[in-house]
Amino acid sequence: MSAVAVETRQARIVPALGRLATFVLVIAVLWAGWEGYKWLWETTGWTWPFVVDDTTMPHIHDILNAFREPVTAGGPALIHPLLDAAWFTAKEALAGFVLGAIFGFGLAVLLVHSRLLERGLLPYVVASQTVPILAIAPMVVIGLGSKGVEGWKAVSVLAAYLTFFPVAINSIRGLKSADPRAFELMDSYAASRWSILWRLRVPASMPYLFTALKISATAAVIGAIIGETPASIQEGLGGAIVNFNQYYSLQPTALWATNIVCAALGLVLFGLVALAERLLLHRAPEHVA
Amino acid sequence: MSGGAGSAGAGAGKRAAAANVVSIQKLTKSFRTGVTALADIDLEVAPREFVSLIGPSGCGKSTLLRIIGDLVGPSSGTVRVNGKTAHQARLDHDYGIVFQDPVLFDWRTVSKNVSLPLELLGWDRARRKERVAELLHLVELTGFESSRPWQLSGGMQQRVSIARALSFDPALLLMDEPFGALDEMTRERLNLELLGIWEKSASTIVFVTHSIPEAVFLSTRVVVMSARPGRISETIDVDLPHPRNAMTHEEPRFFELVTAVREALAAGHGRHGTRDAAGTTEER
Repeated sequence: MSAVAVETRQARIVPALGRLATFVLVIAVLWAGWEGYKWLWETTGWTWPFVVDDTTMPHIHDILNAFREPVTAGGPALIHPLLDAAWFTAKEALAGFVLGAIFGFGLAVLLVHSRLLERGLLPYVVASQTVPILAIAPMVVIGLGSKGVEGWKAVSVLAAYLTFFPVAINSIRGLKSADPRAFELMDSYAASRWSILWRLRVPASMPYLFTALKISATAAVIGAIIGETPASIQEGLGGAIVNFNQYYSLQPTALWATNIVCAALGLVLFGLVALAERLLLHRAPEHVA
Repeated sequence: MSGGAGSAGAGAGKRAAAANVVSIQKLTKSFRTGVTALADIDLEVAPREFVSLIGPSGCGKSTLLRIIGDLVGPSSGTVRVNGKTAHQARLDHDYGIVFQDPVLFDWRTVSKNVSLPLELLGWDRARRKERVAELLHLVELTGFESSRPWQLSGGMQQRVSIARALSFDPALLLMDEPFGALDEMTRERLNLELLGIWEKSASTIVFVTHSIPEAVFLSTRVVVMSARPGRISETIDVDLPHPRNAMTHEEPRFFELVTAVREALAAGHGRHGTRDAAGTTEER
């Protein structure tokens, strides 16, 4: 909230520089932490909790260098196949995210209008999330594959499976979140259920929905990556992780580089949701923050 | 009670009951918890009246207002608004309501908040725009059309809420302690504004309040209630001349009436337990 106050008082450039400085500082601290830990453990020879060497903890500059080096002799630099894989996984994650968000919100709208349905269905919605995605991934991919659905689309269903849950749970809360007096007000106008939904419940639920979408944005990426693995889909980041896992002892930096790309993908999706929230919601500052 | 019933009956005698904006007979309300919120309520409100309901907390005055608005159902008795059942009156948009909190929608601008009931009534955009401009002029908020509710002070927010309630020109305005959360200065200014609006319009107002001076200053009639169960213990006609202004507060008659309401409240309060015996001697 104080950040908002500063923004209105001063020119925009000053806080922007401040944020940049914070970003650089955080990166520097993380870098120093990693390298410092590595140096300390290597020079003292400590082996607890694990042996530290260039395989378990490669130098950060080596990891960054790995992006520029080809994985196989004469091949393209690692960054190219990784970006291709990231695009493939992003497609799955995004499709799954949209699918899951629509399904989750639709389910929430249905459940807030029927106490019976809410009581009857909610336990199964919760139970659905206790089933490990690793177990259902091959079933979904093979099942949909037998119907002629492409692999990446089947994986997006898995991403949707992780997305819909936080969206549904938060939206149920959000759709009920308006002031009881606001419902009385709508009743005083003899407003229809439909009007109450569109003019009161849905707008009131938006801050809750965006909170859920932020959680789901990263969950969708995880869902896509995990979904690829047991389904033996090679083109995405999940495939790359499985692949580089096998060569970890020879070339640990490739797996670390892949991890960085995975994290970046999650951040991008999260950032898109945060941006959409900023553009769409005109709330009191304390609600936005 | 015979005091309250007596004067309400006399009022009903003067004017035809069917013409009354609010007509309540033998109303009781008990909650599922077994608490009796309201008992033996008879109340007639004629067109153009400004009736205040005043009483200690827990006397059911807000519940009574909600029953008139068909937001809560009565346990027994009849409630008619504009000659119809309260339910039909609500469906016909016969009343506008103002709560203690402004209950504005954060995601709508001031204009869009005021025009909410008009949207629900299916008014077209041009007509809505024209009406909103009129209303914002009336509540002195011209220039704040595209502000967000949270950018306004509490008093301004409540004026938006009043404009919204007046937007579709309902015959009846129900107000539930609308100025209760505001500071004294703002409250007095809004009292004056509300009186101005009421004098200009053809509406009837039922107004719930905690404040004795507010009730006397605004009303044509003050209905005093007592608690547990909520009953009408006395009604006091306010014969202060109109138009009223800030100087009305200085008139000796104003103080007499304030004293009368205060004594009626104290009597209602003290009657706890021996309510019935005291009620019969309470003839005005």
